[in-house]
Amino acid sequence: MSILVFVESAEGQVKKTSIEAVAYAAAMGGDVTAIALGNNVDSSELEKLGNFGASKVLHVDDERLNQGVIQAYSSILAKAMADTGAEVLVLANSALGNPVSARVSVKVGASLVSNVTDLPDTSSGFKVKRSIYTGKAFANVELTNDKKILAIKKNAAEIKETGGSATVEKYSADLNDGDFGAKITKTDKATGEVLLPEAEIVVSGGRGLKGPENWGMIEDLAKELGAATGCSKPVSDMDWRPHHEHVGQTGVKVSPQLYIAVGISGAIQHLAGVNSSKYIVVINKDPEAPFFKAADYGIVGDAFEIVPKFTEALRAAK
Amino acid sequence: MKILVCITHVPDTTSRITFTDGDTKFDTNGVQFIIGPYDDYALARAVELKEQLGGSITVLNVGGAETEPTIRKALAIGADDAIRVNAEPKDSFFVAEQIANAAKDGGYDLILMGRESIDFNGGMVHGMVGELLGLPSISPVMTLDIEGDTAKMTREIEGGKEYLEVKLPFVAGCQEPIAEWKIPNMRGIMSARTKPLNVVEPSGNGENTRLEKYELPPAKGEVKMIDADNVGELVSLLKNEAKVI
Ligand SMILES: Cc1cc2nc3c(=O)[nH]c(=O)nc-3n(C[C@H](O)[C@H](O)[C@H](O)COP(=O)(O)OP(=O)(O)OC[C@H]3O[C@@H](n4cnc5c(N)ncnc54)[C@H](O)[C@@H]3O)c2cc1C
Repeated sequence: MSILVFVESAEGQVKKTSIEAVAYAAAMGGDVTAIALGNNVDSSELEKLGNFGASKVLHVDDERLNQGVIQAYSSILAKAMADTGAEVLVLANSALGNPVSARVSVKVGASLVSNVTDLPDTSSGFKVKRSIYTGKAFANVELTNDKKILAIKKNAAEIKETGGSATVEKYSADLNDGDFGAKITKTDKATGEVLLPEAEIVVSGGRGLKGPENWGMIEDLAKELGAATGCSKPVSDMDWRPHHEHVGQTGVKVSPQLYIAVGISGAIQHLAGVNSSKYIVVINKDPEAPFFKAADYGIVGDAFEIVPKFTEALRAAK
Repeated sequence: MKILVCITHVPDTTSRITFTDGDTKFDTNGVQFIIGPYDDYALARAVELKEQLGGSITVLNVGGAETEPTIRKALAIGADDAIRVNAEPKDSFFVAEQIANAAKDGGYDLILMGRESIDFNGGMVHGMVGELLGLPSISPVMTLDIEGDTAKMTREIEGGKEYLEVKLPFVAGCQEPIAEWKIPNMRGIMSARTKPLNVVEPSGNGENTRLEKYELPPAKGEVKMIDADNVGELVSLLKNEAKVI
């Protein structure tokens, strides 16, 4: 089986979610070709994809593609599927992957499933499991068309190093003006921070922290853990924290190894964004807070006392 | 400004999710249905744009007769008329094709919807509609302003945002903080009863996927409580038991 993997990059590096997509494709078996777009990704990064299971990497070296131009990306991916004879396109379920995969699926007439959580079952037909109801359930779905597109949920694939190497080839895209109908005029990006959707550890604060001036201790804890910071919806609604930190059903969905919730009640809409975390720690002064039901570890107490102690204990344990 | 807003009819965010018929059907028993929260944002922004620029708002839902109260609510919030494509939404392609067919000759300047539904969380319909109609599609859109024939918006990217410009018409998948949700007032509710709701039959080729079975996640284990005076224990559990730090 020939599989094409769309690889996203940021600050010159291939994103971890895209490495997962390559690893997922490799685990499916078959011949894996990755494709990277734009000229701001290091070629050594692309060669490294061989170590995760890609045999070849196509690189469209065009600076117009350094930002997420949804239409241009979909045109390229549809063409690359045809040129490589790929039956399956695999990509990360992301702010970019989803809208792009949707357009590609129409262009090539592919069955598309997003939020895929497991490897396909090909024993009869081609079936995958996907997360639905914001993590509250799963659906097992059959892809009925010849061509298939899978958008993989974070942490659905285990990254294994294969020791392989990939050849990087320039790939020409034949783009036209119509592909750039939407013009990106500026990008604001939080730099230097650990990005929330990709973080392995997330420390989130809720309304229990009383005000933005108290976030120093959350940031200290996050720094100690190399974690990203998040918050509940009222916190971003009140502008205590930037909107892109808002976690939950209507905000960012995270699936880190460890989620630490401080002064957050655990309303169902918040839980919906965090329920695929591997471990959840809850710190709340109310022993009845619903979040404890979803937690693996809990401490009942005042965040203002516990968080600094927690940070201190982490430092001491180093 | 002619705006089409596509809405989903989804279980309230607090619903308990269960299945029947050998895990092949969603159990609607005791479940309250609402306008998809992201669609609600799209509708709220459409109402504001109409107030500012004039024009009309059509809401569209692909669904059976049971979705009409949800459609009426959208009319009460400020849509002028509605289309219901009389079909069970089977998968995202099916829905996208119905929307594209209904929109194709409508002369809409803007097609807005939520960035995803909260039942299937597909996040794909806007892109498919854009492709089917040959229009740009942008998602997830956080702010949207119209100046003449150009839309200026911001789109969420991982850890930040992008500023974009696009000429009308186009398709957008919306999310907060694009607008505040609007609550229907008495006048809205009264007038919604008499606003036109047109039922059309489905057309097109159908779905690209087939649902086999639903499944619930395994039950969560008991929470381990740690004494507030012994935070050190939490650190050692995270290190040695969970092995996540
Ligand atoms: C359609 C819809 C979508 C929504 N989407 C989201 C979403 O995506 N994300 C989201 O977060 N919410 C969402 N909400 C809102 C959600 O229902 C809750 O209102 C919200 O999550 C509550 O935030 P909170 O826990 O920070 O605040 P609160 O509910 O006010 O809880 C504060 C908590 O802090 C604790 N506390 C107070 N002081 C201290 C202290 N000193 N030390 C320790 N603990 C303390 C309290 O015991 C309490 O449990 C949504 C709501 C709706 C209707």
